Amino acid sequence: MAQKERVLVMGNQACVLGAIYAGMRFYAGYPITPSTEVAEGCARELPKIGGRFIQMEDEIGSIAAVIGASVSGFKAMTATSGPGYSLMVENIGYAYMTEAPIVIINVQRGGPSTGLPTKVSQADTMQAQWGPHGDYTAIAVAPSTIYETVTETVRAFNLAERFRTPVTILLDEVLGHSRQVVTLPELGELEVINRVKPTCTPEDFEAFAMTENFVSPMPAYGDGYRYVCTGLTHDTHGFTTNRPDEIAPKLYKLRHKIIDYRDEIVKLREEHMDDAEIAFISYGTVARAALQATDIVRKAGVKVGAVQLFTIWPFPDEQIRQLCGKCRKVIVAELNMGQVINEVRRVLPPDVEVHGLQRYDGEILTPMQLVEKLEEVI
Amino acid sequence: MSTVTKDQEKQRSDVILNYLRPRKAMPTVWCAGCGNGIVMTAIIRTIDNLGLSKDNVVMVSGIGCSSRMPIYLDFNALHTTHGRALAFATGVKFARPDLKVIVVTGDGDALAIGGNHFIHACRRNIDITTILINNNIYGMTGGQGSPTTPAHAFSTTTPYGNAEKQFDPCGLAKAAGASFVGRGTVYHTPQLEKLITQAIEHRGFSLVEVISNCHTYYGRLNKQGDAVAMINDFKERGVPLAKAQKMTPEELQGKYVMGLLHQDDRTEFCDVYDTMMKQMKGGE
Repeated sequence: MAQKERVLVMGNQACVLGAIYAGMRFYAGYPITPSTEVAEGCARELPKIGGRFIQMEDEIGSIAAVIGASVSGFKAMTATSGPGYSLMVENIGYAYMTEAPIVIINVQRGGPSTGLPTKVSQADTMQAQWGPHGDYTAIAVAPSTIYETVTETVRAFNLAERFRTPVTILLDEVLGHSRQVVTLPELGELEVINRVKPTCTPEDFEAFAMTENFVSPMPAYGDGYRYVCTGLTHDTHGFTTNRPDEIAPKLYKLRHKIIDYRDEIVKLREEHMDDAEIAFISYGTVARAALQATDIVRKAGVKVGAVQLFTIWPFPDEQIRQLCGKCRKVIVAELNMGQVINEVRRVLPPDVEVHGLQRYDGEILTPMQLVEKLEEVI
Repeated sequence: MSTVTKDQEKQRSDVILNYLRPRKAMPTVWCAGCGNGIVMTAIIRTIDNLGLSKDNVVMVSGIGCSSRMPIYLDFNALHTTHGRALAFATGVKFARPDLKVIVVTGDGDALAIGGNHFIHACRRNIDITTILINNNIYGMTGGQGSPTTPAHAFSTTTPYGNAEKQFDPCGLAKAAGASFVGRGTVYHTPQLEKLITQAIEHRGFSLVEVISNCHTYYGRLNKQGDAVAMINDFKERGVPLAKAQKMTPEELQGKYVMGLLHQDDRTEFCDVYDTMMKQMKGGE
């Protein structure tokens, strides 16, 4: 058996590797710090494997081209950072409405506005769910290491294809720009999911049919299934509608195709949670500090555990309740002024004390800062 | 003088019906007498004459009255967000160069909110045919001024006359690098069909600007009369290119120069990319 490939890669390159592994063959993007290496990697690699790279005139055009490629049958993605994500938001809403599977990588930097182009942040966590206007349920994932960036990118594409929906990958500046040696997964090692295509005759085809799991088979343009793809609220054929009895089912579909299958989407890691009295809850770069802090404090004999969220949206309500519901205290550590902490407060019973460790000065949280916070609240 | 028989008339309308979607898509949002219907008919006849397969045509649009057209026509339809049709269409065409991509847009959609995508699609010379229906006003939202509302003209947002100057979409497209630029009107339909045919057959970015009437808002606010009066006015003001070339700038004031205004054989974007890809594979 051949030796597995070990490579030194940065986070922004790792998501290119993961995306190509998942079958991504179309990238459209616009340069923005600190995500630009994703575009550069795609520009270099995609033409070698028959894929297509295009640098669009702005982020609005980028996300539009990605959706255009998706409805044409491609696995497609773009990468950006805060200001670019904000520009993409309207068309991400279009992707929710038209149920277009796409992947958006947000390498987070400090905000609001132009903010801190070269500094780390996790302040776009809520935006990943509530960016576009209207009702829908988002999927967002957050890796914490370079290897996880490869595997979570594959998972993001799988979720997009499985659920016919946009999926946001939340990286951050530190993760995007740090390098690690990783052993790349071999072909076949990770599951790769492709969208379900229609098998019926074009005459029987309903573009947005209400199926058992709310996900409608999706043809590509040119397959012979001609339908209307519109951002206006539409019936099961894609025709625009103002009928209450057609509007409500469409919105119900958008929400329940995700929320009813939350267990399929939720992924988290727990360390020492069996007997933990205090738990760290974190995600992304901060999770690495939390795991290390847990080890340090455990050695001192404190019953502490750690929960790392890979799936941020939909929020793992039940799982957090089960894992942390019996803890005395939890500490939610994040690089913002408190976003996921409100979700944790919402799902935990009132007798669990919820503390926040928040950093929003453009620097990362260190393991010792988590240890100090624990000493403070213990 | 040739006469059209009842049978010939029926045949001609059957062609149109063959390309319209089922009743659920109807009625259109367009006012009676709107030029959009004339342009839609011209597009249908062109595609029918060219013998294109419905499955291989993707019609993309943004937001506005004219942008509703893909919903009514039985092609692959992508009805998108305001101004972004060309960016979506770029994704479709670049992903599937074998498909025929046609964008239908209006003056507000293409030149205001979508202006950036418009000039860059021209520059890229990607093989998309853009039919820009120019009625000098925002119809869907009720008659506001657009980038092609003439100076001093009235709209609901220029109640004392337009203080701004208008864009010339054809001049803009040519300057931005489009390899096919033409103009027609909703009065001169045989010429319009010919121009759309040439545009679809052209390999590269093609723009067909169609001068059209919004009698409901532009006509009413500027005292230009009903649909018939406005379309008759286009008859008077439309000048074929050959004739226009012999006229002075003074004589051309207020006229629409019609026909194929510019064409060059610059290599198309997807072709360049594919050639690059093949060369790279050969070099490895």
